[in-house]
Amino acid sequence: MTAPGAARLRVKAVRSYAPAPRRQHFYLVEILIGLGVTAGHFFRNLGRWLAGRKGAVTYQWPEERRPLAPRLRSLHRLVRRDDGSPRCVACMMCETVCPAHCIYIVAGEHPNPDIEKYPVRFDIDVGKCVMCGYCVEACPEDAIRMDTGILEFSAYTRQGLVYPKEVLLALEPAGPDGLPTSAPPRALVERGFETRGRR
Amino acid sequence: MIDLGISLARVAFVMGFVLNLGGLLTWVERKQSAVMQDRVGANRASILGLRVLGLFHPLADAVKMLVKEDFIPARADRALFLAAPVVSVFFALSAFASIPFGPIVHLGGREVSLQAVTLNAGILYVFAMLSMGVYGVVLAGWASANSYALLGGQRAAALMISAEIAIGASVLGVCMVHGSLDLQQIAIGQGAYWGGLVPKWGLFSQPLGLVLFLTAGIASTKRAPFDFPEGESEIIGYNVEYSGMKFGMFLMADFLETVVVAGMTTALFLGGWQVPWLFADGFHLPGGLGLAMPRPLVVALQVLAFVTKVVVMCWFLMLVRWTLPRFRYDQAMRLGWLGLLPLAVLNILLTGGVMLLWGGGSAP
Repeated sequence: MTAPGAARLRVKAVRSYAPAPRRQHFYLVEILIGLGVTAGHFFRNLGRWLAGRKGAVTYQWPEERRPLAPRLRSLHRLVRRDDGSPRCVACMMCETVCPAHCIYIVAGEHPNPDIEKYPVRFDIDVGKCVMCGYCVEACPEDAIRMDTGILEFSAYTRQGLVYPKEVLLALEPAGPDGLPTSAPPRALVERGFETRGRR
Repeated sequence: MIDLGISLARVAFVMGFVLNLGGLLTWVERKQSAVMQDRVGANRASILGLRVLGLFHPLADAVKMLVKEDFIPARADRALFLAAPVVSVFFALSAFASIPFGPIVHLGGREVSLQAVTLNAGILYVFAMLSMGVYGVVLAGWASANSYALLGGQRAAALMISAEIAIGASVLGVCMVHGSLDLQQIAIGQGAYWGGLVPKWGLFSQPLGLVLFLTAGIASTKRAPFDFPEGESEIIGYNVEYSGMKFGMFLMADFLETVVVAGMTTALFLGGWQVPWLFADGFHLPGGLGLAMPRPLVVALQVLAFVTKVVVMCWFLMLVRWTLPRFRYDQAMRLGWLGLLPLAVLNILLTGGVMLLWGGGSAP
């Protein structure tokens, strides 16, 4: 059948399971080893706690916060000029690039002829935002950044998650540990802001 | 009158100890499991901003249970439905009565044995009470008018029977060694020493018996790894229809049974209230060193030793509960009937043989 000299296929039987160690046949021994593992954790953590260190891997949020990576994309903010007005020139780049369509800009003419335009309205619906960061990439003026470190924003209504220009302008960049330095915006409905849905 | 007072004091001590330890175990369960699993555990309940390691959580639990809706299914057998948790807790509580927490002391010419009830067949009493505990569970399953609860009760009954027989057989060795069914006599007997060095605790005279007793004892508490009667996470157990404090009472019965099993292990295998080399007049170490002590101090030390041993045993039972996965129903049956019972009988035969060879009831 096989031509002489042809390579023959050798199939090696693979044993799919390693044989159980002999001690596993004695149930009690394995039980004791397992109890040793859990008791080891217990005493190690207890010792750490008695020594004043943390025994658990838990972070007691919100009192205790994990440091965040500096490049983490968090809630947007609008960068201010020296006079406090937005650096944004209402070029619509971010609104155009936004895949979630969560940015809404109304442009107005700026009194300064060198600046040309400014945003009359600049709303971000963070309820729709996918945190992709394209708006930051697209901005030619470095007017929008996602470096506040704020991750906990919530509201009782969807409208409460639409953040207007005033709110976004008031936010500060995160500290060196990545944690926010400004408080997360409260639900805007409570604060009586006029929002897009109420026009 | 004084006799009555002494009796009441003994009962009060045991009741207070068992109830408080049982309540505390709910905290221990949360906290110990958390520490074992590198977590923090319940720590948010606070009174006036005081958290004390989450020690208020049992209180918060009790308040929650008491104010919850107390629901009784329309087709349930009202009387039995109400009686079932009471039966469960009552027998779990009363089981501790004959376990001695201290030696026999002399008070104003009276001989007072430090246990709630002095019984010459204390072991039988404890096992009788532990076995009666299953009635609460079976009643709960039956009275709920719920097939799942009934099946849960049936599983509990099967588990209890296979566990109780193994328990009874496994402690027979201890009874043979000490020639008594009286737990106080057994505790006193464990104060003897081999060669003045090794205390004659059940741990050393009956090591196989200890393992069997612990295994069967854990099974009789219906807690993990033998928690299939309840199976709170997936299969439904005998307490599906229970809510509020009635549910809490079943929970409490489990913790009380844990305390009872810990107490029995201590009394039978860990020398009861005995402290190694502590005699009625003080320490006598094997090397010849001694330390004389007044009698009240010795008794206090021994009661403290008993409490410590029970607490450590509770810790161990919790460790087992949070380490081992659950047995399947058939596995538990197989373990009880084909594993524990034959081994317990073997233990009895071995003990008898050794006693026959070395002669008398003195030693194996």
